[in-house]
Amino acid sequence: MSASSLEENIASHETPGTPHFPPFEVTPALEAEAAERISHYPESKRSAVLPLLHIVQHRFGFISAAGIDWVASKLELEPIKVLEVVTFYPGLRQSAPGKFHIRVCRTLSCAMGGSYELMDRLCELTGIDRSTADSHHHPVSVSPCGKFSVEFAECLASCGTAPVCLVNDDFHEGVAAGMAEELLANYAARPA
Amino acid sequence: MITYKPGKQPHAREHRLIFKNVDREGWDPSLECYLRDGGYQELKKAIGMAPKEITEEVKKAGLRGRGGAGFPTGMKWTFIPPNNTKPVYLICNGDESEPGTFKDRYILHQDPHQLIEGMVISAFAVGAHTAYIYIREEFPEAAAIVERAIEEARAKNFVGKNILGSGFDLEIWVHRGAGAYICGEETGLIESLEGKRPYPRIKPPYFPAALGLYMCPTIVNNVESLCHVKHIIGMGGDGYAKLGVPRNTGTRILCVSGDVKNPGYFEVEVGKLTMRELLHDVCGGPKDGREFKAVIPGGSSSKILRCDESFKLRNPDGSERELGFWDIPLDFDTLAACGSMAGSGGVIVIDDSRKMSWVLNNINAFYAHESCGQCTPCREGSLWMKKISDRLVAGTARPEDVETLESVAYQIDGRTICAFGEASSWPVEAIIAKFRDELVAEIKPASADEPLNPEAAAQRRYLQSH
Repeated sequence: MSASSLEENIASHETPGTPHFPPFEVTPALEAEAAERISHYPESKRSAVLPLLHIVQHRFGFISAAGIDWVASKLELEPIKVLEVVTFYPGLRQSAPGKFHIRVCRTLSCAMGGSYELMDRLCELTGIDRSTADSHHHPVSVSPCGKFSVEFAECLASCGTAPVCLVNDDFHEGVAAGMAEELLANYAARPA
Repeated sequence: MITYKPGKQPHAREHRLIFKNVDREGWDPSLECYLRDGGYQELKKAIGMAPKEITEEVKKAGLRGRGGAGFPTGMKWTFIPPNNTKPVYLICNGDESEPGTFKDRYILHQDPHQLIEGMVISAFAVGAHTAYIYIREEFPEAAAIVERAIEEARAKNFVGKNILGSGFDLEIWVHRGAGAYICGEETGLIESLEGKRPYPRIKPPYFPAALGLYMCPTIVNNVESLCHVKHIIGMGGDGYAKLGVPRNTGTRILCVSGDVKNPGYFEVEVGKLTMRELLHDVCGGPKDGREFKAVIPGGSSSKILRCDESFKLRNPDGSERELGFWDIPLDFDTLAACGSMAGSGGVIVIDDSRKMSWVLNNINAFYAHESCGQCTPCREGSLWMKKISDRLVAGTARPEDVETLESVAYQIDGRTICAFGEASSWPVEAIIAKFRDELVAEIKPASADEPLNPEAAAQRRYLQSH
């Protein structure tokens, strides 16, 4: 699969979050980080698919066709072998989330603790159409300003402190719907 | 944000081994702190032993895996082919994704060196020189903490080449998942670690100890199980086996969530606490004005138990005895005899404010989303089950729906490559078996005047116009 056909097959969409992330670019820092990760798998470079995809997503917000091509070339794989991994995992995205991506736990204990109410409130406050937030993932629902996106996640493994959510890499527990406003305000106030 | 509750005292009924340092006053995850507390002493002891002796101690201890299946850890280790010449791998399963389970989270965040010490000892016992810790993607902070801890341990020669002068080499790396429940299945995890879609492998071989990572012998153990190995070396296999009850030894962490006054994690001796003691004494009973209705005892895939049920169990001498729900001791064997399982220790409590159709639907949505899609019965069936329970919740269920749901469930389990088939169908089977009347009562009776679905409405219009 050539890069151009991959471009047609991968469903990256422009979202309001796109301007918050730099476009994919291969830099020496990126190469160095990748080389370090690849060295953890002396037996098979292919094992570094997920680590490299994590690096791409972390730096550029999502995994574009160019990102897939780069990972594939680093690991000497056909791009389809990388694309099939990207499309399998809920944690990997093909279009930009908001600057702050919020994952609300949807599973039983959190649902009992009020995670659906939290999701309702987050959507209301960020102006995200709630009906688009019920289906998981692709693409995630981004607020019109591009600052926030929301998604339901399956069990975040903190059932005793329900309801819980992740905002980017920060974990928050016991987030009742009434605390949604404060949670968003704290992130919105962060410098760009 | 690491969720410390420094100084929070364990409950009097707890026996803390693995969670000794969780929420401990003045504790942090650094190597310095761990060493101050006598850390890595067990490793020093273990490298003076023969690898076979360590496996023997683990067998004597009777340690059963804490990830869900409860398989004897020491026995698993012996499945590596005796004439093996390939490299051996050790993998720590830190995917912790069974709904209701939240124990490994605290070990990874607060006590990473305990896990590393347990892993080095285990790797030494099975002869592995490369080990991976598979951490779920939703624990980004834990992955960073554990990586830092490995670096610290490497700097002090607890990990790396010629560990403490023993001649034994071991590298440990963290591998992060990407949000898929199926990666908790050990062969799915291995495929994921190989950089592929995590489709569980066809059995046999039943154990990756025969063919695992890169088709080499591989031992996959849960985070908590590997931590227990450290304590088994410290206490000796026989000493460890004195904790708990026969065949169900040691301590285990119970994670209680849902409708109780004080949810949380409690490390107790296996089998020394009954349901009543756990839910009423330790967890403070039901919320005010509520009554307990049902309990999912070992993660969402274990079969639900009604709080008013009783069970007929067979004694060792062949006679029968009756055991009420509240008197069930929380061990592996009794819960299995009651038709459920101890699983991963995730106890989800449901009170009388909940409709079982809603509970069932939430669980079904989880499995429908997480099925890897490899086997048809599971891929299609899990979604069908969700669609039917969607109708139950929406009040648009058809009269035959409960029966259809049941028949779909029974056509999944036993017909799939991995245990996900059972995991997704057992909750359905159990909830229908135990709450059939409640589910059926929610369905409106069929009426010729009220078409049940758009197709029926169209048919009726057609019939009326002709």
